[in-house]
Amino acid sequence: MGLAREFTKGLWDEVPPFRLVLGLCPTLAVTTAAKNGMGMGLATTFVLLCSNILVSVLRKAIPSKVRIAAYIVIIASFVVIVELAMQAYVYPLYKILGIFIPLIVVNCIILGRAEAFASKTGVIYSAADGLGMGIGFTLSLTVLGGIREILGNGTFFGVNLFWSGFEPFTFMVKAPGAFVCLGIVLALMNVIGKK
Amino acid sequence: MWDYFLLIIGAIFVNNILLARYLGNCPFLGVSKSMDTATGMGMAVIFVTTMAGVITWVVQTYLLDPFDLGYLQTIAFILVIAALVQLVEMFLQKSMPALYRALGIFLPLITTNCAVLGISIINIQEEYSFLQTLVFSFASAVGYSFALILFAGIREKFAMSSIPKPLEGMPIGLVTAGLLALSFLGFAGLAH
Repeated sequence: MGLAREFTKGLWDEVPPFRLVLGLCPTLAVTTAAKNGMGMGLATTFVLLCSNILVSVLRKAIPSKVRIAAYIVIIASFVVIVELAMQAYVYPLYKILGIFIPLIVVNCIILGRAEAFASKTGVIYSAADGLGMGIGFTLSLTVLGGIREILGNGTFFGVNLFWSGFEPFTFMVKAPGAFVCLGIVLALMNVIGKK
Repeated sequence: MWDYFLLIIGAIFVNNILLARYLGNCPFLGVSKSMDTATGMGMAVIFVTTMAGVITWVVQTYLLDPFDLGYLQTIAFILVIAALVQLVEMFLQKSMPALYRALGIFLPLITTNCAVLGISIINIQEEYSFLQTLVFSFASAVGYSFALILFAGIREKFAMSSIPKPLEGMPIGLVTAGLLALSFLGFAGLAH
């Protein structure tokens, strides 16, 4: 596949978490607002890109028997870097995303791409794959966060959209709303996909 | 004594690890197609989570904190969990092969279950004692299994209903999970 193809497949055809149903935990948890979704997406993209590159570089050197453990160590190292960087530079976002930042290490997308792709492909292609998937993931989270924020809070990226008498559909920013919203978005994507 | 009871009720119902805290979703939507697989996964999760919670607590208290290595928590915990799952697998294969076969593929899958790592981290964040950690880990995992089995039961019924095409599979599963979460929301305020 061409380089551009590797990159763009992560944006629609195989976009996580909608098409490639992985990485659901953060999707449901942090999309209470568009900004949070975007922040989480960018953090995950960073880890995904770096780990895909490193796994690809080391792919000939890692023995098959311990490869999952090796991937986990690689991914965990980058997660720690992201954790510390976020704690230092974007502390409010760090507090909102809370426990889900260290949980990036068990985000099935990252381990999944390392195992299915980066361990078998060259560095440039792995980087494109990681970047594409990461950006796709970020866009998905931002969109989902946006929907939930507009309906559940009446704001978008913190900007008030409706008049003061508007009662937001608070269900959307709570746990059940996340599940239902994602389900409906997936159904919509199925409809669009069929056309 | 009452504290522990509240801790348990809280972990299973009010702050259900899956439906309220969003941890452990991937396997939730993947293996809950039948009651048998759900029960198997549930048992495995309870077993691993309780042990992982306790061991990571020990690691944090006696290794990470005294040497000021708090920032290594993520790496240390995930390695402990991965190693634990590996050991449990080998142990079960040798000594309880029937159980090993029953759990099947779910055991290695638990390594990437965010619920296990999540609960281990929550134990530290909430500054639980050893006994509280043990109780909370166990109760949370029971809550997880509970939600899983409930969900599997509902999904088994799906097989007989007619669902609109775009909603088939994942979407209707998610909407159902949402309604299940909504029902659990009714427990809010119970443990106070």
